[in-house]
Amino acid sequence: MKPGERSGFDRLWWGFLLVSMAAALYMAFIQAPQEKTMGDLQRIFYFHVPAAMTGLTALAVNFIASLMFLARKDRWWDNLALSAAEIGVVFLTMVLVTGPIWAKPVWLVWWTWSPRLTSSLVLWMLYVAYLLVRNYTADPDRRALMSAVFGIVAFVDAPIVWFSIRWWRDIHPSPMLETGGLSPAMRPALWTCWVAFQVLFIYLIRRRFFLESAQQEIEWIERRLDASR
Amino acid sequence: MGKKIWAIFRKDLLIELRTKDSLNAMLFFGIVVLVIFNFALEAVRDAIHSAAPGILWTAFAFAGTLGLNRMFAAEKENGCMQGLLMLPIDRGIIYLGKMLAAAVFMMIAEAVIFVFSLVFFNLTVWKEIPYLALVFSIGTLGFTAVGTLLSAVSVNTRMREVLLPLILFPTALPILINAVEATSIILNGSDYQSLRLPITIMSVFTIVFGTLSYLLFEYVLED
Repeated sequence: MKPGERSGFDRLWWGFLLVSMAAALYMAFIQAPQEKTMGDLQRIFYFHVPAAMTGLTALAVNFIASLMFLARKDRWWDNLALSAAEIGVVFLTMVLVTGPIWAKPVWLVWWTWSPRLTSSLVLWMLYVAYLLVRNYTADPDRRALMSAVFGIVAFVDAPIVWFSIRWWRDIHPSPMLETGGLSPAMRPALWTCWVAFQVLFIYLIRRRFFLESAQQEIEWIERRLDASR
Repeated sequence: MGKKIWAIFRKDLLIELRTKDSLNAMLFFGIVVLVIFNFALEAVRDAIHSAAPGILWTAFAFAGTLGLNRMFAAEKENGCMQGLLMLPIDRGIIYLGKMLAAAVFMMIAEAVIFVFSLVFFNLTVWKEIPYLALVFSIGTLGFTAVGTLLSAVSVNTRMREVLLPLILFPTALPILINAVEATSIILNGSDYQSLRLPITIMSVFTIVFGTLSYLLFEYVLED
């Protein structure tokens, strides 16, 4: 199969993605009960939380791929790390966009420096920094090495960021504070949305991966052309 | 091992003491940051005491970044990277030597910037000095532990000096938060018992990133 071409699996997965997305929309907007105080506003939760969970999955994939690249020095792992990081940043951006939209009517502010918000923002910054490292390194082999090293550093840093922010900022009362547990009536909708997001993630990461492979092939052909000239 | 680390450390120290390239820039930049904050926080000038720890660490971090930027740039420009790579020693040892040198430069800069801040912010410290020295040292070690690795990463990129703060500040955030917290506990004279938590977090960060960088350093050191 040529890079960039869709396999039978991809087509099947595409169909699965459409079905799960439709199911997610139905569950989030129709099946899930209306929340008592926030009303329909709360429905943004079904997109906000699964996006965060999927974003974190993507970062874990990036970490494992970075480790594997250093161990194996195989560009396959570097491609996977790049794809995971880019898609992770997209999902984290989604979290950071839907968050304030939800916060403004409920907490009456767009943003508070509460621990969870602050650490999400820092996490996003770390992975944008990761993409910057990639962007600014011209040589592909060097780029793979440098970004693998930074990917590992960023992932190890994330829990330390989380703890240090939580310990210091929790002292201040914040308007957020999550309600105890999630009502059982809302759980099916949450999990359907989560599945839809994971399916989307796998779809996107495969597309991005093949795109990168195609890019590499072009680079290789160009180099060969240059050499034969 | 100690001897080898010392050799790398001594080399960097000698070069710096003879040229004073980065140290001059670090000191001056740190002082400039203090002055800028003085104007930026004009509205709360009376309460500038409470902002002092944050301002101090901003100045330290900016000055430290200037120093870290030069750690590998000079080697690269003068073609000394090959010499370093040819040394029959573990790459981790080069890291430790460089990291200690960066930490010493940063601490020298911190000492001078701190004296200036005493004047600018009308602070009086005397018996607090040993505690401050402890916090400054651990904070600096943590900052340079990850900074030296990231400096080697950024020197390999097209943007070099521009990239380092962009990747270093988000990463070093835990160190900066806790260093500011600890400094403010000391300067505000609250009880020193509460110093234990920030110092523990900073030490954990330093050990984790010292070890991680020691292990990862061989991948980033390239000609």
